[in-house]
Amino acid sequence: MHYYLYGIAGLALLVSFIVNREKTLKAVKIAAKRFVNILPAFLTMIILVSIVLFLIPDKVIANYLGSDNKFFGVLFASFFGSITLMPGFIAFPLCGILLKKGVLYMVLAAFTTTLMMVGVLTYPIEKEYFGIKVTIIRNIISFFIALVIAVMIGIFFGEIF
Amino acid sequence: MKRDNIVKIVSISCYALFLIVSWIFGFNPGKQIGLNFITFSVDMLIILPCAFILIGLFEVWVKRETVEKHFGEESGIRGYIWGVLLAGTTVGGIYVAFPVAYSLYSKGAKLSVIFTYIGASAICRIPMAIFEASFLGIKFTAIRLLVSLPLVIIASILLGNYLTKRNYKITEAK
Repeated sequence: MHYYLYGIAGLALLVSFIVNREKTLKAVKIAAKRFVNILPAFLTMIILVSIVLFLIPDKVIANYLGSDNKFFGVLFASFFGSITLMPGFIAFPLCGILLKKGVLYMVLAAFTTTLMMVGVLTYPIEKEYFGIKVTIIRNIISFFIALVIAVMIGIFFGEIF
Repeated sequence: MKRDNIVKIVSISCYALFLIVSWIFGFNPGKQIGLNFITFSVDMLIILPCAFILIGLFEVWVKRETVEKHFGEESGIRGYIWGVLLAGTTVGGIYVAFPVAYSLYSKGAKLSVIFTYIGASAICRIPMAIFEASFLGIKFTAIRLLVSLPLVIIASILLGNYLTKRNYKITEAK
């Protein structure tokens, strides 16, 4: 799935190496050092993800998103989207299934947007780079942006009025 | 800091021990968590080395002036456009955007552009948007992008200005 990424990185590395060996070596060193430095934060995140995904499996999320009350549907969706982390290749097919089951577009918008923008589980990484305060502010702002998007989607798809 | 480290090491060890014991005794929840751990680790180990190699190359080849000109204080509206375009090509997820954003920032990009980049790479990655549209429809994706981008940019400008006034600096040397 990410072959092209390896293609680009490999090609860039090769060209760089041909043009200037020393600079390329330096680049690899920087890459390795930064990667190693942030690895513990990633490990923390993956551990949290593995536990949260066990506690809140897809089925549970699907149940709550299908709530009869629009208001609660959106709230549950943004709550679950915020506290979980899913790669797109799992999240969007799941949304596709939910849509066919009659879950509202606005609920799915709240879910996918918070899933992508609000990261309770990516907090260990984000705080390493930006500090605790900025991380919290950015996530709160993102949460409200997701709610606005859900409402707009609801209006455009005629689910609110 | 030291106390934190000890807590971390102890909890990671407990986690690992739990997984091993679950595996030996066939405790299903533990096995499930172990599988989740492996799936996500593999997913990240595929993406991250490439991302960091590109970050390393960016650090040695791209001049500070170039970043300042296109992403910095003087960049005006172009900075946000560049931020969004760069975000469109970002792979993985928001967790890849953080180290990239940090590199940009340390080369002189302004905060509001950095936050625009992070927000946009969460919601406007092109491969992801195409995937999304194929499951939820083009109308859904188009509305989501058209509504979210201005919001992300406005919020980033507000947050950036607020932090700049407060003399906020990203100090972590990662």
